[in-house]
Amino acid sequence: MNQSPETFDTNAIQALNDRQLRAALLNLASTFGERRKLAILSVNDWEGLRAQARSIKDETLANLDQYLEQFVLKAENNGAQIHWALNGEAAQRLILDLLKEKNVRRIVKSKSMTTEEIHLNEALERAGYAPVETDLGEWIIQLAHETPSHIVVPAIHKSKRQIAELFVEKVGIEPTDNVDELTKTARRVLRERFAEADVGISGVNFAVAETGTFLILENEGNARLTTSLPKIHIAVMGIEKVIPRLADLDVFLKLLPRSGTGQQLTAYQSLITGAKRQPDDEGPEEVHLVILDNGRSRMLAHPVTRQSLACIRCGACLNACPVYQQIGGHAYGSVYPGPIGAVITPQLSGIEKARQLPFASSLCGACREVCPVKIDIPELLLHLRAEVKQGAASRAASQTGKVSKHRIERLAFRFYAFAWSKKLTYEWGMKIARVFQRSIARKGRIGKVSGLFAGLAPALEAWTDWRDAPTIAERSFREVWREAEKTKGK
Amino acid sequence: MRVSLFVTCLIDQLWPSIGTSTVEVLRRAGCEVVFDERQTCCGQPAFNTGYRSEAQRLAKRFIEIFEETDSEAIVSPSGSCTAMVHHFQELFPDDENWRNRARAIAERTFEFGSFLVKVLNVDNVGASFRGRVTWHDACHGLRDLQIHSEPRRLIQNVKGAEFVELANADACCGFGGTFSVKYPEISVAILDHKIAAIEQAEVRAVVSGDASCLMQIGGRLSRLGSKVQVLHLAELLASNE
Repeated sequence: MNQSPETFDTNAIQALNDRQLRAALLNLASTFGERRKLAILSVNDWEGLRAQARSIKDETLANLDQYLEQFVLKAENNGAQIHWALNGEAAQRLILDLLKEKNVRRIVKSKSMTTEEIHLNEALERAGYAPVETDLGEWIIQLAHETPSHIVVPAIHKSKRQIAELFVEKVGIEPTDNVDELTKTARRVLRERFAEADVGISGVNFAVAETGTFLILENEGNARLTTSLPKIHIAVMGIEKVIPRLADLDVFLKLLPRSGTGQQLTAYQSLITGAKRQPDDEGPEEVHLVILDNGRSRMLAHPVTRQSLACIRCGACLNACPVYQQIGGHAYGSVYPGPIGAVITPQLSGIEKARQLPFASSLCGACREVCPVKIDIPELLLHLRAEVKQGAASRAASQTGKVSKHRIERLAFRFYAFAWSKKLTYEWGMKIARVFQRSIARKGRIGKVSGLFAGLAPALEAWTDWRDAPTIAERSFREVWREAEKTKGK
Repeated sequence: MRVSLFVTCLIDQLWPSIGTSTVEVLRRAGCEVVFDERQTCCGQPAFNTGYRSEAQRLAKRFIEIFEETDSEAIVSPSGSCTAMVHHFQELFPDDENWRNRARAIAERTFEFGSFLVKVLNVDNVGASFRGRVTWHDACHGLRDLQIHSEPRRLIQNVKGAEFVELANADACCGFGGTFSVKYPEISVAILDHKIAAIEQAEVRAVVSGDASCLMQIGGRLSRLGSKVQVLHLAELLASNE
């Protein structure tokens, strides 16, 4: 189940053959898509709000060093302890050292994509801890030893029945198909975990520079318990989570829930401003903030890729994406699936490892249309595609002998650019193709192509496996036009 | 108005009738149509696959040819190729001269249907067609060029045609250029939702503004033995039955 982006092509086919998964996805797209459409009607000027959000993000990213510094100063004044991590391993080490130093054993976690990104649970388990996910969806996939398949709804790929079976196997309940029963079971088990936990680990949705406050949005209340019951709270955030002012929250709190789940507001918004100050206060005695780079400053450096950091992880692009709707999240082989994942993953994990992902899109633009912060995902995909091709070219140059798929494709595009840039070669090339097609065309169309032609034209083979191909016309438009002009002249 | 035609290589070679229909409708709408035979392709396949220098070569050539054509507008029966011309500027990040030339060309390049309605103010070209028809929004026309109501207005004014809105008119057909052959299984999985909606609409023809979507949808309909016709907007608007 833990797939890699390197095998996206085979992951995708596996997903396409999974009937249960595709039924679940069909549901997701229609439910969240419709809810989103309704929810944005409740805002006066949705487009204006999006523009405002983007300009806040642009302003922040252009001055990220200053805003981070301001945030850190304020947060420290509030009593939070700040840690910087250059990459995922550094963050893991930092957290493990902290746990050891504090001599803690029991850990609860609330849903956080950033901790998924750095594979924190695996690191904790390797070190002998048994962290417990307390978001229902996250808990389900933790029980199943899986990764989230959606940014907002991590267990969207699972059916009610699969979840029930999982509970029977892992929690030891009697078989049931009653959703209330299942939810109650989860609540009962998780309550015990909350009660005994020494440390709560969470993510961060927004970090306000002006006040040093950070914010977590959720619907179940488990993040609130995670961050307030245990005596130590550790929050992990990417450097891009910072926003300048408390007032900016107004914009993002309107945008995020509407875009993600079609809600006007999430059920809980926890604003956290440091640890408890007086013995009688409630809340944790210590608050630690791990601020993570992990490739983000690389994205920041380029004007096109910088916009990737504006993402507020609402998941709207996943719900809108025709590719995600068919294959779900696991096929992407990364914790960030869908269109935004296809853009972020290659930048985080290195373009070579994830070089298929930028091509896993029809460039339909639905993601750009729904993105609350107006990230031009198609533009980013195209940018990354060019980067992949440049990398492939230099890799091919350093290899000798073997003819790779990349080389054949590159040759084909070179030939196309050459032949198509001259009238004569274009016209003659097409005339020759017209002669060649006679042996495969029937009644003006080309059915399934195999054998010699498939070898010569793998694209034609891939096309005609499921679709008929049109034939080159007996007379091209230009020939028809030429003749008409001649007749006119007479 | 003097209009130069950008016919796109797919239409030139596979569906010349879309080209001739475009000419006919434009003439009916009062345009003088010119066609420069040196034109081939806008470079979209290369651009979308990550081959920037190849795309740039074709874009430069396109710009040079159409700069030399004396016309007020460049009109193309393809949303995605028109959108590509509007993207030309991105191919010259470090060259202001070419960027400006690309911008000037983009400013006078229009997609066929929206040109009729928005520039010429024509929404009835006197066409007639028998039967139910529906419209598929090609993604680039819809989201890059914001074309939505124009083709619908044109179709609704075709005598004898009964227009029905497709259940997922604005959903991608799964073509996506090289995506359709790099990931044919996903491409067809997306396509089959479109096909199901078309079959459900019980139409005689599905109409669109992009030959590539029609190739994708038509190719599948043909493979499945469906009787539904695929028609380009220009063909529908040129029909007389």
